[in-house]
Amino acid sequence: MDFLIFQVPMLTLQAVLDGLLLGILFALIAYGMALQWGVMNIINIAQGDLVILGGYIAYFMYLYGIHPAWGVIVSPIIMYFVGVIIYKLVINKVVDRDLFISILATFGISILFMQLMNFAFGADVVLANSGYGTTMLFDNSVTLPNSKIFSAFISIVFAIGLVIYMKKSKLGRAIRATAQNARAAKILGVDTEKVYAATFGINAALCGVAGALISITFTIHPYMGLPYTIRSFMIVIVAGLGNLPGVAMSGMGLGVFEEFADYILGTEFRIGSVFLLLVLILVYRRFKLSRKREYLK
Amino acid sequence: MNKNIILYGAILIFGIAAPFIFPAFKVQLSILCILIILAITWNVQGGEMGYNTFGNILFYGLGMYLCASVQVGMFFPLGEWTEGGGEKTFVHTPAQFFQGFAVGLAVAAVVPAIIAGLIGYSILGLRGHYFAICTLGLGVAAGEISGGIEIIGAGQGFTTPPFPNVDRLEARGEFFYFCSFVVLVFTFLAVKAIYSTRFKLVLNAIRDNEDKAEAMGIQTMKYKIIGWMISAFFCGLAGGIMGGLVGYIDSTDVAFDGREMGVFMVLMAILGGKGTLWGPVIGATLFHIFKEGFWTFFLGWQYVALGVLIVVIVIYFPEGIMGWLREKYPERFGEVVDEADRKAQVTLK
Repeated sequence: MDFLIFQVPMLTLQAVLDGLLLGILFALIAYGMALQWGVMNIINIAQGDLVILGGYIAYFMYLYGIHPAWGVIVSPIIMYFVGVIIYKLVINKVVDRDLFISILATFGISILFMQLMNFAFGADVVLANSGYGTTMLFDNSVTLPNSKIFSAFISIVFAIGLVIYMKKSKLGRAIRATAQNARAAKILGVDTEKVYAATFGINAALCGVAGALISITFTIHPYMGLPYTIRSFMIVIVAGLGNLPGVAMSGMGLGVFEEFADYILGTEFRIGSVFLLLVLILVYRRFKLSRKREYLK
Repeated sequence: MNKNIILYGAILIFGIAAPFIFPAFKVQLSILCILIILAITWNVQGGEMGYNTFGNILFYGLGMYLCASVQVGMFFPLGEWTEGGGEKTFVHTPAQFFQGFAVGLAVAAVVPAIIAGLIGYSILGLRGHYFAICTLGLGVAAGEISGGIEIIGAGQGFTTPPFPNVDRLEARGEFFYFCSFVVLVFTFLAVKAIYSTRFKLVLNAIRDNEDKAEAMGIQTMKYKIIGWMISAFFCGLAGGIMGGLVGYIDSTDVAFDGREMGVFMVLMAILGGKGTLWGPVIGATLFHIFKEGFWTFFLGWQYVALGVLIVVIVIYFPEGIMGWLREKYPERFGEVVDEADRKAQVTLK
């Protein structure tokens, strides 16, 4: 094995650190997906496109001279309403239907969003420059952009905040009750329709935060949404629904995997390896369950 | 029966005469044939078996690459061909072109079917939405990975051999039209023959309740794999012809085009009506007419229209045209309607 990454130990460290910081962002998106999957039983293919839309909000603030870090506050507020509107227009008609219907419907939303963003913002790869500089570690052999550290910190803050909100607030309790048994919750006076709308809105808001952070740290492009959907789907099925530490761990694991795939296979296979890993994980789970004569449900 | 023979005869004659009646639309008609093939094969998988897949695009793209690679590789070194990009130093003689295309199509049909058989055991063990997402991942992964392989052109694409000018220039359109039309007729008859056997009943049993089907002693996995192999066989054929027709293969925009073809085939089958023989044919025809009209007059807005169309069809029209007709005129589909029972159902609503 004569890969560069194994000859230079510092590069390994660099890849691990990059991967961990990236993975925290993935975990935030996956948390949103786990939330609405658990509550509404819907797989949202448009998840990645919501992320990219959130990123464009921060990018626009940057264009108009506002520091893009404020996007972390503005973007989720706008995205919450976008999410509620999507729910009112489309999702509430597919909530209790066959899962494939919801996959296809959100696929349609995804295509629609992609093209609308392409019209509105152009097909260029853009980046909101935060001007945070970089931190050098170990005699300048490991470079960490401060924006990555900032984004990981903000993601953790939002994730913890949401966990506390779900535990303590009235709406959080209603959401958890609906997830456990929507019918019983309805009988006990929970307005499930409102809960669903709020859940989808919160999911979109989380995507907005993640998108704003991605536009600061990495780059955004109208067609880059689908990989984020697939990543978050993968993280959720590895961790299992409702397993928050698991989501964080598998998110960071995926980030590290991607960085290593990038170094070893080359950047052109990066997205391909993510999708292939999804297939492998699903097949592995399928064989593991089939020994007990069960299947993924 | 007699009426059916007249109907099929009329369609056959129209199909043969079509390129001469509408000489300007030869390419469009060939694409229509390909779309109908894709919709019919998706329906075997998604409609009859209940395994909704986004991954048939994998076999379509695979067939496209295989057909072109065999056609070139039989006579010339493949690496040098793709390296040259558009500039060609090698030229196929007519005999070489047709031999290569015939062998290429055979390979393009058989190899995807074998691959479907090999991966079928692992993938078809997944159910429902896991299967859908897994096949979506397979299709996109295939596109991304083939975009990184040098010998089939990597990111710059693969130019298929140009059609040799035998007598006149016009022959190209007719050749590809009749290729796709013959394959369409072959596909339709094969699927019709399959649908009249016990095999279709098994597929329907799997769709309705797989556990029960298994409990009744059906080896469901065997039938699922065979069903997928049938889909892959015809998808590969369609892909091979489409590659020659388009003349240029790009990994993510032409071959493994999950965003267009991969969604189109699902949409066409649902629009026409899942789980019927004629539904996909009608759906594909209507969709193609709509698509061409929209693509021509509102260029740039086509994906917006496509997204809206998907949402509208899925939410308001999930039964499709055949399903709607069936609900409206159940007698014509050979269903016996008990009036009293029907009225009772209406009052229940």
